[in-house]
Formats: sequence, structure tokens, C-alpha cells
Amino acid sequence: MSIFEYNGSALVAMVGKNCFAIASDRRLGVQLQTIATDFQRIFKIHDKLFLGLSGLGSDAQTLHQRLVFRHKLYQLREERDMKPETFASLVSAMLYEKRFGPYFCQPVIAGLGEDDKPFICTMDSIGAKELAKDFVVAGTASESLYGACESMFKPDMDHEELFETISQALISSVDRDCLSGWGGHVYIVTPTEVTERILKGRMD
Amino acid sequence: MLTKKGLKPPGYLKTGTTIVGVVCKDCVVLGADTRATAGSIVADKNCEKIHNMAPNILCCGAGTAADTEAVTDNISSQLKLHRYHTGRESRVVTALTLLKSHLFRYQGHVSAALVLGGVDVTGPHLHTIYPHGSTDTLPFATMGSGSLAAMAIFESEYREGLTRDEGVNLVTKAICSGIFNDLGSGSNVDICVIEKGKTEYLRNHLTPNPRTYISSKGYTFSKKTEVLHTKITPLKELVDVVQVGGDAMEE
Repeated sequence: MSIFEYNGSALVAMVGKNCFAIASDRRLGVQLQTIATDFQRIFKIHDKLFLGLSGLGSDAQTLHQRLVFRHKLYQLREERDMKPETFASLVSAMLYEKRFGPYFCQPVIAGLGEDDKPFICTMDSIGAKELAKDFVVAGTASESLYGACESMFKPDMDHEELFETISQALISSVDRDCLSGWGGHVYIVTPTEVTERILKGRMD
Repeated sequence: MLTKKGLKPPGYLKTGTTIVGVVCKDCVVLGADTRATAGSIVADKNCEKIHNMAPNILCCGAGTAADTEAVTDNISSQLKLHRYHTGRESRVVTALTLLKSHLFRYQGHVSAALVLGGVDVTGPHLHTIYPHGSTDTLPFATMGSGSLAAMAIFESEYREGLTRDEGVNLVTKAICSGIFNDLGSGSNVDICVIEKGKTEYLRNHLTPNPRTYISSKGYTFSKKTEVLHTKITPLKELVDVVQVGGDAMEE
């Protein structure tokens, strides 16, 4: 089994009209045994920037701690929050530093940039950025997620429709993947509020 | 150590790729497809494979995406510092030497195969750089998994002294050959024309693979998602400070 499939994960982020959504599954496993059903994969960096980390749970948590550290230093020096594009470059640089001994994670970054324009991006484990205008996926369920998002996505959805779309794409994809599932965790971010919802899914 | 125990190393994002370059009369035309693959899945349908090295030098990259991005960004920074140091326009051979030295130092572990092209004071130049650090100087070049398909077009239709438009058409034809015949390449054609004093980047010059199968009604869901718990956090709003009459602070 590949090191990326050790813990199991599913992450997806989508862009809507002046809003974005980022969703993950909630399972943490050790190969085929499930040990937690409330594992947090999406982390808030600041009010308008969220980071999802799929892959090995241990590397995801360590990388998150290091990035929070770097962001706090940035806030102290620049007296403002980091823009999503800048944060993506930071994550990419940190991952490439470990080119020949990488973090076994695939990050998904989603945020509202200047003028509250939504920004999403994903990377492979050595920092190759993929900037998409519609959706990005990561994790063991990524192949199913690509298919589901490709057919369900429409541009310029409002936050209600975006929530429905991303949830349906996530739940249907993790149902086809043994290593992820046990519900879903969805964040919908608009310029005025952040809505966090826990989804009911199959517990198998 | 882990590979000896049988652990399969993770698959990185690769740019399957067809990248080409051609030297025309007084200009260089570079071309690339736009597909990025992770194994056999298409990860990015419209990625950018033509990187900026200097205002007059550009580089197409094939191989591991992170490596091509990192090596071109690194050498691009070094070239900029060199320009500030010398006060002159960068030369293509400078970029070539910096890239080949970097790649040779890493003995092929930095998996980046590049087509470097540009126009400087000595004229138009085109080079290919292999992951182990060897280079070739050619009038027309192709790299990547689609290089054979593109080279077939070049070998049959290249002539010396092509004009700018003939060059662009030839490059487009070569990239299309890669897109349609090689499975690792696909989507759109990006072109870049570099002339003395002017660089034109034609992003998505040709889009021969549009998405035509989407239903205009969109996807409708029969059953709504079941939600267990909702938490809404309003984002902080700036408070309006209203100055009410006197009582202002005195210095």
C-alpha cells in the first residue's frame, strides 16, 4: 500500500460567485482499520484562508503547525494577513525544500483574495502548484472526485447551490472509496460569514 | 531505505508533454501543450508550460512539474541579479550554462527536460537541456513524451529562413500532432514568439479540445444533503467610530 493511502483522505474545494467551498471527509484510519471518525483535515489560517491537507496524517499536522508559525511571523512583520496567492507560494516553497525526502501530503488551499475574489489551488507532495478556476481535488478518493466534480460543477454558483454541489460530489465520491468517508466536513466562505457544516454519510 | 522494503514511492505531478522550439528568420518560436498528469489521470487541463527566464528568454519545461517550475524560477532569479550586476540584457548562453550546471550537480535526480529559446545581442538561439545536464544547440527541437510526433512534423516541413507566421503555423502543427497522437499531451496549444526587442506570449493560441458535452441545464440533485450540524461565524466587521460633539481628547 502506498504511503499516501495509509490514513485515507478526501478533499475538494470549489469556486462559486464571490465565495468558495472546501470540504473533507472525517475518517482517520491505519490502513484498513478506522481509529477516528472526527479527524480535522481542514485548518483555518485566517478568516479568509483555509488549508486542507490530505495524505499522511502525521505529516499533515506537522506541516500545518509549521505553516501557522510562518503565517504568524508574517502577520507580526507585515501587520496584515497573507494573501492566498502568497500563501500558496509559501507552501510550494516549503514542500520543494524537501524535494528528496518529501512531506507525504497534498495540500488544498482556498481563500478570498483581493476584492474578495475566490482563489483555489492544489499541489502535489513536492510543491507543483495547480491553479484551477473551477475545482481542485486531493486524497485517496481523488479519481472519483475528479469525475463527480467534472459533471456536477457549474460556474458562478451562489453559496447555497455551491454547498449542495460540493456535498453531493464529496459524499458520492467517498462512498466509492474504502479509505475515506464517515461523514463530511464542509466550509462555505463568503465575504461576510463562514458556514461550517457536518454532513451525514455512510458509516462504512 | 523504504524503497528497499518494497514501499512504492509516490507519483509526482508530471507534465506528460509535447514542447517544441523553432528558429525562424530573426525570431524564435516556442510551443507547448497544456496537459499535466498525475499517473494516468489528467490533473490540470490548462497548465502553463512556458516559463519566463528573462524578458527576452523563455523556457518550456517537460518532466516533473515541481522540478521544471523550481529550476526555471531559480535560474530566472539568478539571471535578474546578473542583469542588475552587469547592466546588460541577459544572453541565452548564460541561462543555458546556469541551467545545465544546476541539473548536472543533481545528477539527473531533478527531472527537468527543457527547451530554452531567446533572442539576444548575438541573435536568435534555441537549445535543449536534458535532465542529466547535457545540451544541444539546434535549429528546431522537441522534448517530452510527444517529441517523436512533433519531430515527425518538423523533419518533413522545416526549412531555413521561415517567416514569423510560417514558424507559428509550423509550431502549432507540431504541437497538435503531439496533442492528438501522444496520450501524455493534450488540451490546448500555447505559443511564444520572441523577436529582437519584443516577446509575444499567445496563451491558448489554439483550443482544439473544447468541452462540448455539458448540459446547459446543469446537474440537478434529486435528494438534498443531510446535515447534522451547522455553525455560522460572521466575519469581523469594521466598527464605525462616530465623533459626538466635544469631549475630543486633548493633547
